[in-house]
Amino acid sequence: MNCLMVNSITVRAGTRTILNRLECTVRAGDFLVIIGPNGAGKTTLLKALCGLVSVSSGEIKVMGRPLADYSRRQLAATLALVPQNLNLEFAFTVEETVRMGRAPHLGLLERERQADQAIARQAMAFTDVAHLADRCLNQLSGGERQRTMIARAICQQPKIMLLDEPTASLDPAHQLRIMELMQRLRREEMMTVVMVSHDLNLAALFASSILLLKEGAALCAGPPAEILTQDNLRRAYGCAMHVDVHPCTGTPRVSLVPGGAS
Amino acid sequence: MRQRPLLVALLLALLLAGVIMASLLSGSSEVKAVDILRALLAGADSSTPAGAIVWHIRLPRALLAAAVGGTLSLGGLVFQARLRNALAEPYILGVSGGAAVGAIAGMLAGLAMFPGVALTSFFSSLLVMALVLLLARGRATSRSESLLLAGVMLNAFCSACIMFLLSLSQSSQVHHILFWLMGDLSMAEPGQMWLFPPLFACFFLILIHARPMNLLLTGEESAAALGLDVRRVTWILLGVTSLMVSLVVSQAGLVGFVGLVVPHFFRLCCGPDHRVLVPACILGGGAYLVLCDLLARSLPAGGEMPVGVITAMIGAPIFIIMLWRTRT
Repeated sequence: MNCLMVNSITVRAGTRTILNRLECTVRAGDFLVIIGPNGAGKTTLLKALCGLVSVSSGEIKVMGRPLADYSRRQLAATLALVPQNLNLEFAFTVEETVRMGRAPHLGLLERERQADQAIARQAMAFTDVAHLADRCLNQLSGGERQRTMIARAICQQPKIMLLDEPTASLDPAHQLRIMELMQRLRREEMMTVVMVSHDLNLAALFASSILLLKEGAALCAGPPAEILTQDNLRRAYGCAMHVDVHPCTGTPRVSLVPGGAS
Repeated sequence: MRQRPLLVALLLALLLAGVIMASLLSGSSEVKAVDILRALLAGADSSTPAGAIVWHIRLPRALLAAAVGGTLSLGGLVFQARLRNALAEPYILGVSGGAAVGAIAGMLAGLAMFPGVALTSFFSSLLVMALVLLLARGRATSRSESLLLAGVMLNAFCSACIMFLLSLSQSSQVHHILFWLMGDLSMAEPGQMWLFPPLFACFFLILIHARPMNLLLTGEESAAALGLDVRRVTWILLGVTSLMVSLVVSQAGLVGFVGLVVPHFFRLCCGPDHRVLVPACILGGGAYLVLCDLLARSLPAGGEMPVGVITAMIGAPIFIIMLWRTRT
């Protein structure tokens, strides 16, 4: 079943066209990684999927239903976003932050129930931040903060999780932990994961499919082995890269070549 | 550091009741405490001199101070949360400038303080505020900076108008106008108690938006991703706050500093959760202004000083000490 269908959408900001008649589909249970050069429209696509930017033409369907038919709250209960930038000026604790994930399930006058708190605790345990519950977000390391935000998204109990470069600025061990967390989300919570990333090798190792964007349109989409070819990467990034086979997993491995970008 | 909302509210309610009681017991005319308590128990229509002082002078003034303090603190809290700017205060959307121009024009025209001047200042502050919202509207309401800038610019224009009006006025009026500009509770009278029902309605509306305000603190996109209709909540919060602030400004003038310091004070000692902060600001801000007003009218040997002088003189040092102690 297709849980996300993007039907020829165009997104404009002023006179600039950011997404240009973009098409893509995501099947339930997929782990889609969106890659592409800076300015290709990756983040904008993610925002369009969760209704944060308006689409000037085309249509998005979430779980078979047009995005426009969802209320903000219904959408947040179906689709969770882990944003790239966080405001840390007024810092909440980890537990307070994760519990905010219950917001789409609560009315204006409704109070959090025991069940809501239990869901928040489970989410914190799932991403291994339970021991940090009373720490303030601005006292955490980058990896801990990212896991907290993922716990908040899990707490929304969505069917689809969208993440905007969750591994950026993390060390290799933490990058791996985040990616393995995503795999567990797919297997144990039956979630569909859509992630924007610049890390081609992480995408090759973990994605079930890859969408390669260029200048606001899909250059190609499919399983990593089909998409991560020297030819495609040169066309997308304008940069020669060497692609061979990962010695341990057999998935594509992308290496940068000095002078390749000139 | 994390406090339970009910406990904090209860403690602050007791504090508020305490300072109101203290302000009933003190004043320029020497009335015995026993007489005051007896007059309070006797009800509003007691005909003793003590009854007249309590029911017609001191109680209205204490209640007005509590209402103004609570409203301005809450206004500061809302604007700081929505505009995500630590320096935002209740007058940021041009409420003060607009109110001041209207009030001074009313005073110069020789209108009575109530209802004449109150009405001119209320409507001119609403007018300026609407202008600010309108100016910021075309350029994405989401962008806090455009609201802030429009507010600052219109306030600056209003300041020029105030100076212009002041330079036209006679010296006998200037003293009166300056008092109003610094915040003045000496006009309090029982007739102003109509203020309370609309203020309570505003407090309630903001209280039920405490959780959305928490979400807004994490950023607009983050709040929207959690299912919040950011645009609608913004209009409700800004509209309700501007309305209640214009209401109290039209009654008590420009009491400064309360709206900036009280929310920060409670944020420093109770954390950023608005389910605690909203009641804390209403009750604590009210208690703070009642206390300041008590000092403003008992410190000078003869007469009194504008309450705004005291709010800043006490507030600034306390705030600086708090900031100093919580540095990491």
